[in-house]
Amino acid sequence: MDTRNFTFMFYGFLAAWLILVVYVLSLVSRERKITEQLKGLRGMLDDKGRR
Amino acid sequence: MREKLIYGLGAIAAVLLARNLYSIFMQLPDEASQGMIYRIIFFHVPAAITAMLCASVTCITSIVYLVTKNLKYDAISVAVTEVGLAFLAANLVTGSIWGRIIWGIWWTWDARLTSALVCWLLYAGYLMLRRAIEEPTARARISAVFNIFAFVDVPIVIFSIKWWRTQHPQPVFWGGGTIDPAMRLTALLNLAALMLLAVVLSLIRLRQEEVQREIDSLRRYAHAV
Repeated sequence: MDTRNFTFMFYGFLAAWLILVVYVLSLVSRERKITEQLKGLRGMLDDKGRR
Repeated sequence: MREKLIYGLGAIAAVLLARNLYSIFMQLPDEASQGMIYRIIFFHVPAAITAMLCASVTCITSIVYLVTKNLKYDAISVAVTEVGLAFLAANLVTGSIWGRIIWGIWWTWDARLTSALVCWLLYAGYLMLRRAIEEPTARARISAVFNIFAFVDVPIVIFSIKWWRTQHPQPVFWGGGTIDPAMRLTALLNLAALMLLAVVLSLIRLRQEEVQREIDSLRRYAHAV
């Protein structure tokens, strides 16, 4: 196998996957945040309904 | 149902990506003049096509929103735009790294590169605009109009290498160029894998947008009672 420019090819793939992984992590963090918000709001409205 | 679809498509995308990475690094023949760096093309081109398809989808859903006023289409627009933006970023970065070796420069202001960067900035602007408008229907209407306006740049990105003399290479896959059949197959399979990944990410982001809308309506209800 021709290994010329291996380093830059590695950087290229690394950068591309890093962008997608960071985006997926941002989705996971947003999912956690909105699930907590929804749970909190539902709990608050349930409390109000009981009173 | 949607949960199963996300997991199913995600699994297919993961298998395809693993197969393609094995093919890209272990099976494909070397390119005579570029060395290993040419292998970036198997990610660079599919990422660009996926991003352009995302932009096309959001243009259609924005038009459908303006016609029907159904907020579901606005949610699809924002979900798909965000995913497309990530793929366009991956495309720009991989292209820049390839250019550093082949052209000797990280960036040049030629028509293809500049229009692709403008495209990224326009869709990033679309997402920022959405954050600036509080009222949901006004946000959906104004951002739909902006999205359609932003789409004007997409044909410019695609055809810039035909319309102007650019430093960017002419299309290899569908522009009359020739390529090893094994390379063509891997490129097509990676395009399919990235598209599936884009669909999966869009479905996840769409579900979040729907939950966010539910939160907003519960907040309004909580204020009212």
